[in-house]
Amino acid sequence: MTTDRLAGATLVLFGLVTIWQSRAFPLGSLHRPGPAYMPVVLAVFLIAFGVAVFTMGSRARGVAEVGWHEWRHAVSIFAACAFAAWGLERLGYRITMAVVLAFLVLLLERRGWALGLAVTIVMSWGSFYLFDTLLKVPLPRGPFGL
Amino acid sequence: MLETLQNLGLGFSVALAPHVLWYGFIGCLVGTLVGVLPGVGPLAGISLLLPATYGLDATSALVMLAGIYYGAMYGGSTTSILMRIPGEAASVMTCIDGYAMARKGRAGPALAIAAVGSYVAGTVSVIALMFLAPPLAAFALRFGPPEYFSLLLLGLLVLAYMNSGSMLKGLAMAALGLLLGMIGIDQMSGYFRFAYGITELGDGIGVVPVAVGLFGLAEILLTAGQANPPAVIRPRLRDLLPSRQEWREAHMPIWRGTGIGFLIGIIPGSAHVISTFVSYAIERKISKRPEEFGKGAVAGVAGPESANNAATSGAFVPMLALGVPGVPVAALLLAAMMVHGVTPGPLLIQQDPRLFWGFIASMYVGNVILLILNLPLVGLFVNLLRVPYPILYPIVLVCSILGVYAVNSSAVDVWIMLAMGVVGYVLRKLDFETAPIVLGLVLAPMMELSLRQSLAMSAGNYTIFVTRPISLVLLAIGLVLVILALRPLISRTLDWRARLPVDT
Repeated sequence: MTTDRLAGATLVLFGLVTIWQSRAFPLGSLHRPGPAYMPVVLAVFLIAFGVAVFTMGSRARGVAEVGWHEWRHAVSIFAACAFAAWGLERLGYRITMAVVLAFLVLLLERRGWALGLAVTIVMSWGSFYLFDTLLKVPLPRGPFGL
Repeated sequence: MLETLQNLGLGFSVALAPHVLWYGFIGCLVGTLVGVLPGVGPLAGISLLLPATYGLDATSALVMLAGIYYGAMYGGSTTSILMRIPGEAASVMTCIDGYAMARKGRAGPALAIAAVGSYVAGTVSVIALMFLAPPLAAFALRFGPPEYFSLLLLGLLVLAYMNSGSMLKGLAMAALGLLLGMIGIDQMSGYFRFAYGITELGDGIGVVPVAVGLFGLAEILLTAGQANPPAVIRPRLRDLLPSRQEWREAHMPIWRGTGIGFLIGIIPGSAHVISTFVSYAIERKISKRPEEFGKGAVAGVAGPESANNAATSGAFVPMLALGVPGVPVAALLLAAMMVHGVTPGPLLIQQDPRLFWGFIASMYVGNVILLILNLPLVGLFVNLLRVPYPILYPIVLVCSILGVYAVNSSAVDVWIMLAMGVVGYVLRKLDFETAPIVLGLVLAPMMELSLRQSLAMSAGNYTIFVTRPISLVLLAIGLVLVILALRPLISRTLDWRARLPVDT
């Protein structure tokens, strides 16, 4: 399986799912397009491009040749971001960001405790002060107003 | 001419107001930092600082955000020359001869030539923008929905044609972006499309979470766990001055790069990296010593650096005159204008001359600020690169989450950023360029509305797109591009885009 073939197949699948989901709205006609018209037309184009990418993708490099060596790191960073998205409005900005930074700097990157704690506190509290307090950009607060 | 100069006088009275000057300076400073830091492009930088402009007046906000844009173009050259790391994609060509000059002990002159070339290109192209945007805006008043639809379609075709991979892949990514732009309330019928009960998606997917996800987060995911960055060459201040011979060699490439960059930047959909590639190729072609290219040719630094800065001003022409974002960064600037209650488009010059001319004048001022920032403070910016990447990327990540959340105070946007980060990561691994997705997302609602309005005007007759002269010309240019893209497939020759770096 080459990278282009994998990508082409995924694009075709995405196009088909879009057409299937577009059944929920009126398609209209060629002369009077409805709300589903443009998504369906675009999905058809996407499928056509996907088929072309798949067909011409035999000479692309193989999926196995793509270096995925950083995937563990990438998954950990993704998990930290997902925690941030979940925690922002539940735990508040400062606590959430402090947890994210502590995880990334101390646990994942294994930096020293002093440096890690300094980055964690300065960034989570400092960025809150800069944006929320000084620039008046409202950021979420959690338990105890933190 | 006299009217233009009077308007420029008005612009300078706005741009030199202390608070506007201050925000222009902040924008240039942050932009230079953004350009210096690898992985944080102007798109991510503007996205991050967009919420911070909400409390400002429209002129200050726009001046600051534009400062980040051209500041990043300046700053990108520093890491290219000293470390062979392009701070942003448009600096890739500068890496080749800039770093070679640095290895030969000419890092200072390379930086000085890049800064002076950028200054000349920035200033000259603003003059061109000043004279070109008003007549183009007057011309654009003749544009109806069919012309806008054809122009937007042409913009997507140009972007797909000029991206670094194949046109087919570019078009596939543009179609993906257009499909993402279909999410939300249909403007003509009021139907809630593809929202799956998430009310926050009513206004559609925002450009900021998509841009930060595709460019910022994806870059962090890709570079995570990398080894230590390469050593930095540190020039001294007294070594900055180029020799007389180097000035002579840089002189004409700077002017040629300015012209090429501005013309390419003006085309909706074209990317800065294209202008640098074309400039480099032309300089090598006409050089009496082409064998020096790649080994520290002065023209290889002067031409591309001037071209990428001129392209920045060129990209503002369709944005200011037509209200059409030619590049993703312009889309963000348009979003910023709308947040501040300014309606972009041909009427902007008449309705808000203080903002329009103040913005133009601020670009002159910004170029002077950047020249001052880039030469004496180069050592300071280089020191930033001493911050170890394992410390730097968590900080950038927190700034990304903060910037995305603050736009709408919505955690849904953070989830969208996350999803787009993964999409960007996988697509980059599979050698797909992600810039067309962002432009497709921004253009989708405009395209759909102009298509349906055109059909409503013509009672469903599609010939409206070819019976109106402006629309016909735009579509014909698009068709020529498609034919040009198909030519390598037929003749089996090497496509020139295969030699381009990936534009992030």
